[in-house]
Amino acid sequence: MSGFDWLVPVILTVITAATPLVFAAIGELVTEKSGVLNLGVEGMMLVGAVAAFATATVTGSYILAIFAAAAAGAVLALLFGILTLSLMANQVATGLALTLFGVGLSALAGQDFVGEPVKALAKLNIEGLTDIPVIGPILFGQDPLVYLSFVLVALVSWFLYKTKAGLVLRAVGDSHDAAHSIGYSVIGIRYLAVLFGGAMSGIGGAYLSLAYTPMWAENMTAGRGWIALALIVFATWKPGLVLIGAYMFGGITILQLHAQAAGLAIPSQVLSMLPYLATVIVLVLISKDESRIRKHAPACIGKIFHPAA
Amino acid sequence: MDNNGITPRLSLAGITKAYPGVLANDDIHLNILSGEIHALLGENGAGKSTLVKIIYGVLKADSGTISWNGKPLEIASPQAARKLGIGMIFQHFSLFEAMTVTENIALGMPGRQNMAELAKKIVDVSQKYGLPLQPDRHVHTLSVGEKQRIEIVRCLLQDPKLLIMDEPTSVLTPQEAETMFKTLRRLAEEGVSILYISHKLDEIKALCHKATILRGGRYIAECDPTKETAKSLAEMMIGTNLTAPRHMDNSDRGPVRLKAHNLSLESTDQFGVNLNLLNFEVRTGEIFGIAGVAGNGQVELLQALSGEKTLENTDELLLDGNPIGHLGPVARRKRKIAFVPEDRLGHGSVPDMSLVDNAFLSAYRTKNLLSNGLINSGKTRDFAEDIVAKFDVRTAGVDHTAGSLSGGNLQKFIVGREMMQEPELIIIAHPTWGVDAGAASAIHQAIIDLAANGAAVLVVSQDLDELFAISNRIAVIAEGRLSASRDINEISIEEIGLLMGGTNSIDSADNQGGAAHA
Repeated sequence: MSGFDWLVPVILTVITAATPLVFAAIGELVTEKSGVLNLGVEGMMLVGAVAAFATATVTGSYILAIFAAAAAGAVLALLFGILTLSLMANQVATGLALTLFGVGLSALAGQDFVGEPVKALAKLNIEGLTDIPVIGPILFGQDPLVYLSFVLVALVSWFLYKTKAGLVLRAVGDSHDAAHSIGYSVIGIRYLAVLFGGAMSGIGGAYLSLAYTPMWAENMTAGRGWIALALIVFATWKPGLVLIGAYMFGGITILQLHAQAAGLAIPSQVLSMLPYLATVIVLVLISKDESRIRKHAPACIGKIFHPAA
Repeated sequence: MDNNGITPRLSLAGITKAYPGVLANDDIHLNILSGEIHALLGENGAGKSTLVKIIYGVLKADSGTISWNGKPLEIASPQAARKLGIGMIFQHFSLFEAMTVTENIALGMPGRQNMAELAKKIVDVSQKYGLPLQPDRHVHTLSVGEKQRIEIVRCLLQDPKLLIMDEPTSVLTPQEAETMFKTLRRLAEEGVSILYISHKLDEIKALCHKATILRGGRYIAECDPTKETAKSLAEMMIGTNLTAPRHMDNSDRGPVRLKAHNLSLESTDQFGVNLNLLNFEVRTGEIFGIAGVAGNGQVELLQALSGEKTLENTDELLLDGNPIGHLGPVARRKRKIAFVPEDRLGHGSVPDMSLVDNAFLSAYRTKNLLSNGLINSGKTRDFAEDIVAKFDVRTAGVDHTAGSLSGGNLQKFIVGREMMQEPELIIIAHPTWGVDAGAASAIHQAIIDLAANGAAVLVVSQDLDELFAISNRIAVIAEGRLSASRDINEISIEEIGLLMGGTNSIDSADNQGGAAHA
């Protein structure tokens, strides 16, 4: 049995590393499916992380903390929406600005919380089930957000491909002019999609500061927002593949940590680069198949919608 | 506005709509009875689109009343229009390329849809009206004719009382159009009113019961098109007398200028068409027409001719006997070849740049618009203003962006820009697509004059009337193959139509008349 002793903790850490990516990427996927490219994921995650941490330390309520994170992410997304959807600012520039803004804002808001400890988000513990060797802790010993992330992917997939509302959302992303001429509110639908994306990024951030490393540090997302963005292209805008991709990248992150701990003779900086390097390589490979991207990518992504007079 | 005591299904009275600087609709009247196919006729900018958008609830009129079955009401949105039973088939399809036929139709229907049931209904309706459709196909894999069927079926599923069709035949073969007319006549017999917008006067005479004519945003007349001639309709539309283009039937064609010999090109687009051993020649002083339904290799052919895609085998394209297949667009322009591409906004012009800049971009070398490596802005401006004046481009000024012009006016500008560079070979895609009758005849005349002055002209068009009006010889492209070219006097519209549909086996393409000489 000793062979499995090391495996279980590795799997457990992969799950915690992947979960924030799942939240952020699935939220942004919905935003992008509606035809909006919000590059501010990193910023929204950070604001979510600090909002969750602050709420948890002040009130002690983790439910409130998670709601606060979602609200903080959504408020930032709303700002993005007002700028790009109502005022028709360039989405790429606005998204980049949003990330910079989020980094600064979260650092400012989190000043008093740096180094403060908080109890990690409680994990599920079902008598009998959680104690089952190997699969017990993996299947029945996670914190609620992990389960929520799986439910969320299933829900988003169902919403996008099985409901009329999801069909309309995809339609708006595929051709906003056609959707407008049929009579759908392009701007209204995009606002909702952007807000959802912001809220999910916020929860992704909350997972970092409440569960992954229960503390607040400036810029603690360390590029995960960007990986989430890349994941969506990697997954060719399919929710199921986002989940798989998130676990792959989570796995690479953990591999890197374990390799460092094992004292491999590779400089730690190179190992830290691994997830990002893997992102670039995977993106290049995926993007080679242009037709696949085109079939699933929302055709209107990043384009400003001017309602025709 | 009474029609012998019958209440019209839709009645518009005094509709006025102003945009900043333009009165798009000025006191317009329109009455459509049930079961009537009613034509709405007018030039570009006559206010047809605005009026239709008002009826469909996309725009709101500044003043005037709309009555539906005699009851005045307001149509606030497309949904409200659809609820009344008004369906619209757009000129530029409002379809979602990445989705299936069923999904596209579900998007245009109110409420929740059971996809399986809807697919069944689609098949039912499409069979009933002779509009074959496969519900599970993705739209981007369909032909233009099939795409239009989706729009029609989408409207029919909602049990429409009034169907608005904006230039529906502009993308169809004559046979496809005839099938669609049958569907429309049948719908009219069932009591559906149809508002039919088109430039094609013969079509309107054959199909429509009544016609309302607009000019410059104003109501001109209502008439019975079956009792008018195409010429009299056109003159009401334009307000002046029309002259048919003077055809130079020059039997003394000069030497071969452009020759394609087994021209082949593999399309890089997943949904594109490969060019397969095309053979043709264009002589000086002649207009060579290539007919065909869109999506049969025209895009690829134009790319190969313009140099956007260079050929692997440079001998497949010869200019005055010299291979040019390997040359890019600039090098070809240097050899006095001019191009009017298919896509006006994007290939033909830079939408966000002014007309002056757009004139410069294509003509700086031939028109010598550079001085010491810098833009000679005075000269460029003069050139742009020349084009605007000679080709009657309606714009508020040459400093306005290309994107701000209407489609027809931009086309006039692009055609004018290329022609005024005095090319020896000009390749024109869809010269009058979306251009009104008056401007179209001006463009046609310019093309004919250019050929008469010794240029070789290659025209790619879907509009057979146009090709018959101007070309000396004609060939048909279908599924990436080109038929043998025929003299215009030897071939009928019907034969061409069949070749376009690909129903006939196409003659061996390498039987070219006349000895090729350089």
